[in-house]
Amino acid sequence: MSEDDERQQSPPSDLEFVSNKARNCNATGSGSGHPEFQSTYPDQVLENVLENVLHFLTSRRDRNAASLVCKSWYRVEALTRSELFIGNCYAVSPGRATARFTRVKALHLKGKPRFADFNLMPPDWGAHFNPWALAMAKAYPWLEKVHLKRMSVTDDDLATLAELFLGFKELVLVCCDGFGTSGLAIFVNKCRQLKVLDLIESEVSDDEMDWISCFPEGESNLESLIFDCVECHINFEALERLVARSPSLKKLKLNRYVSIGQLYRLMVRAPQLTHLGTGSFSPSDIAGQGDQEPDYVAAFAACRSLVCLSGFREIIPDYLPAIYPVCANLTSLNFSYANITAEQLKPIISKCHKLQTFWVLDSICDEGLQAVAATCKDLRELRVFPVDPREDSDGPVSEVGLQAISEGCRKLQSILYFCQRMTNAAVIAMSKNCPDLVVFRLCIMGRHRADPVTGEPMDDGFGAIVMNCKKLTRLAVSGLLTDKAFDYIGRHGKLVRTLSVAFAGDSDMALKYVLEGCPQLQKLEIRDSPFGDAALRSGLHHYYNMRFLWMSSCRLTRHGCQEIARAMPRLVVEVIRSADEEEMDDVVGTLYMYRSLEGPRTDAPKFVTIL
Amino acid sequence: MSSENGKRLLETDAGCLNFEATELTLGLPGEPRVTSDGGAKLGSKRGFSETVDLKLGDNSQEVKLGHSLQEAAKSPASKTQVVGWPPVRGFAKRGKKSCKYVKVAVDGAPYLRKVDLEIYNSYQQLLTSLEDMFSCFTIRNYLNEKQIDQVNGIEYMPTYEDKDGDWMLVGDVPWQMFVESCKRLRLMKSSEAVGLGLKTAPKYSSTN
Repeated sequence: MSEDDERQQSPPSDLEFVSNKARNCNATGSGSGHPEFQSTYPDQVLENVLENVLHFLTSRRDRNAASLVCKSWYRVEALTRSELFIGNCYAVSPGRATARFTRVKALHLKGKPRFADFNLMPPDWGAHFNPWALAMAKAYPWLEKVHLKRMSVTDDDLATLAELFLGFKELVLVCCDGFGTSGLAIFVNKCRQLKVLDLIESEVSDDEMDWISCFPEGESNLESLIFDCVECHINFEALERLVARSPSLKKLKLNRYVSIGQLYRLMVRAPQLTHLGTGSFSPSDIAGQGDQEPDYVAAFAACRSLVCLSGFREIIPDYLPAIYPVCANLTSLNFSYANITAEQLKPIISKCHKLQTFWVLDSICDEGLQAVAATCKDLRELRVFPVDPREDSDGPVSEVGLQAISEGCRKLQSILYFCQRMTNAAVIAMSKNCPDLVVFRLCIMGRHRADPVTGEPMDDGFGAIVMNCKKLTRLAVSGLLTDKAFDYIGRHGKLVRTLSVAFAGDSDMALKYVLEGCPQLQKLEIRDSPFGDAALRSGLHHYYNMRFLWMSSCRLTRHGCQEIARAMPRLVVEVIRSADEEEMDDVVGTLYMYRSLEGPRTDAPKFVTIL
Repeated sequence: MSSENGKRLLETDAGCLNFEATELTLGLPGEPRVTSDGGAKLGSKRGFSETVDLKLGDNSQEVKLGHSLQEAAKSPASKTQVVGWPPVRGFAKRGKKSCKYVKVAVDGAPYLRKVDLEIYNSYQQLLTSLEDMFSCFTIRNYLNEKQIDQVNGIEYMPTYEDKDGDWMLVGDVPWQMFVESCKRLRLMKSSEAVGLGLKTAPKYSSTN
């Protein structure tokens, strides 16, 4: 499952705002004399000790802090950082990153902002992996792991990874695009040490290349193979042989072109799996009418280590009972592609006592959620997706389901809930019943919808969330909201790092409250809300602390954005035009701005103007 | 597909067809043809007897035309859809996120198929699709049979098993209710479907 977890960055590693104090300090403390002569022996010992100690420091937040102590610590920390995380690929150039950190083994890079997922950004905006691939090839030939999110990756890039990094072991692509099965074929063929290939919610073009057959013969080191998002047929016989020769395989997530009969054959070969994505979970078209079906229950029963189950891409609910044997051990269950009813869910969920993560479609209705609340006392994360994601569709889940969850699942930490109706009362109840909430994302699909019982805006509900959930770091709001809701957020949302706003607020004051009140705010994404240049100005003191600000279809003018760009030289201010906009319009369609050490990027397409 | 496209198609067709005559409506003869939302959503369907007389492999012009009219006016679009809202990832890229698959068995066919009921909006669309799906089988069947009935083809009655385990005739209940309760489909040879009480015309509303 794709996780959006964000670890706090304080101070940021993607920006070298080293204070003057740190610059002037060195290990010996002396500022005069012959530095080379004086500083050898004691310096060296200290640095060696430091190097050994810092090897134990894994958290990037801690490392960032350590690097600011003094020049010596900065140097040693840079030498010992093996995992490099860059939250915005445009905040720092590959050259600068490789110059500072010389011994990196793992790279974690993020590109486009999240709203790009919802067609709010034209294609070919940027976030190309290519310059990074080339820079890494020169600087880190020993690189083992690459994790990319929302980046554009080409087939050539995949070839580069496989050919230029001899010990490459792990590739994870989340929400990426730009490559196809040809690239995968080269990659899996040349990458002899491959342990992990995880393609998660990425767009893979079908070049009709049988990439599964391209894994080299002989025993494979594969531990994880995730390709459920790949919308192409695969060579099943080749996959079966691959699984048979991968004794370390623990995670396998199949795409919807794998039938349940084929799933059976794979499960029988890999009972050691801990994570399974079941593929279609229905028979292929050519199943014979009178054929004997395999013993699916036995296959699941044999997988004693299974803790994470997903897939069910084209489920025929008749087959659901096959998973009964594993329910009691499951900590994670993803039914977000399975259009099943409450009645079909109940026999499953009633056995899932250990469940911590549950993703599901709203087809289970409030009744299904009540069943979840009754059994899953350990639930930490819940996501309820709409079967019919339109504003005016019927809403099978409502405040009733949310209330039930809040009462049954007290340990809840993260919730994403799509619905057509919601009351303040239910949201307030959740704020009180689930004090551990870290992520609260409520999407009332009808825009500007008020509380259906009281007729009031949803201000008080979200207000209660920020007031009562003291650990809250991520918030997404919806429904009819006035400036008051944002006043609450500014006053109480002191730990909020990510905020998503759509079709909300009355005036500039709303944005002002947030920008002035939330010191930890790093990612702010706003669409279709009445905020203008004055509101934008109120964040000048804070923008260098943020990863990015996105504002689309608001009330910004080019003039106002220009002002910001002039006032803040280390901010890249991009104005993105949609197809029908004129170049010199004063009204800004989309503003995307982010801090950067590099100034305006050179790869911007023509619909992007950097002010 | 927006309802605007649908309206355009209907307008151009009006010149060469008698649109009124070919418009398919649901309900008993003599009932008014006005749909509940003033026609933005074309909820018209064929009368029951026409729906059920599935002629597999028979290129009935009426069926095809009705199908295309329905296709054109498929989506309600009572509110203009906003780009990227609601923010559900992958929906726009991969089409419908969820589906309701049921097995389809045809008497005499060696193979099962499966269909996704969610992609249809009416019985007419479903049955037309099944016709398309099984026409090549029927043709093969023609080749195997010594006696070929060229005019009518072999008649099948579409039946389904509902969630209570009962076998019902397709078309008995409103479409949405059918989608929710259908567990599997079976196209039964008409000659064998005697015991299901076919002759009664069911009553259902003119809306979807």
